[in-house]
Amino acid sequence: MDTIKEYIYFVFQSTFMQEQDSINTLRDIKNMMERSSRFISLSGLSGISAGIIALAGAWLAWPFVYGYKNIFISGDQPLFRGGLDDYTLLFNTWLFWIAAATFILAILFAFIFTFSRSKKQHMPIWGIAARRLMIQMSIPLLVGGLFLLRLLHFGTFGLIAPGCLIFYGLALVNAAKYTLTEIKYLGYCELLLGIISLWFVGCGLYFWAFGFGILHIIYGLYMWRKYETVKNEDAE
Amino acid sequence: MLKPIDQLNKLFESRVRLGIMSALMVNDAVNFNEFKELLGITDGNLASHIKALEENKIIKVEKGFIGRKTNTTYHITKYGSKLFKDHLAGLEILIKNSK
Repeated sequence: MDTIKEYIYFVFQSTFMQEQDSINTLRDIKNMMERSSRFISLSGLSGISAGIIALAGAWLAWPFVYGYKNIFISGDQPLFRGGLDDYTLLFNTWLFWIAAATFILAILFAFIFTFSRSKKQHMPIWGIAARRLMIQMSIPLLVGGLFLLRLLHFGTFGLIAPGCLIFYGLALVNAAKYTLTEIKYLGYCELLLGIISLWFVGCGLYFWAFGFGILHIIYGLYMWRKYETVKNEDAE
Repeated sequence: MLKPIDQLNKLFESRVRLGIMSALMVNDAVNFNEFKELLGITDGNLASHIKALEENKIIKVEKGFIGRKTNTTYHITKYGSKLFKDHLAGLEILIKNSK
């Protein structure tokens, strides 16, 4: 009698173990597929910091954009006839340096938070997935950058803010296949905002601040709460 | 009826091999160093698993160059991808049956 009981117990245990094993194996496979195809260390804090820096940049730029302060660093320059053709002229504007500092600081902080998260997850910061994400992001951004440079050249300043939003939105939508998919929705919002702002050309900076500031902060907070709070970090 | 256990392939009964196959299912090509990063194992260990998969025609090897450095990339074969899918289906059936 006892042997039969033992036998039943053994059969039960082994089928149970087999099930658990298969579930674990499938989970491993899913994990590996994701790790090798998506860069999942992008931190929500990167979004929040980029948003705050963008708002600060917009706040600094505001008096120059709307004509309350002289945008030239040294002396009064004659108004541009056509556009900003001459780079020494461009480098002599406060706006150029504000924009450059905003961009560099945002990238720097985004990198720091994402780097520390990838360390926590024991993921390579520069793996296959990260490289692919960078390439996919930079194609629309580089094209956009050149396009905006030409806009400056022709003096079409009103289209700079919509251009930033639209090309950035395209980059995010394109990148969504290679990182956490939620970034797609941020991309759609930037695109929508960029398109709307085409009809409100005088308000470009406000749209820019909303798109790069507020939306980044909302997105960053959402992602941070969803993936990086203590409760969820264990489940990953 | 085919028992689910028959569909499970002995070739894939290792975490390293499962890792290699998973990465190749979702990437066109993966090179040696990328596998190492992904799986976190030593050269020798990785090489022996790759060799086993290669000998069974599950994956194919392509030797190329980046500048002067050799760059060996690995791809999944049609046959390999079918075997791996069957293996996954086997695991799935196993889970369903035991519920």
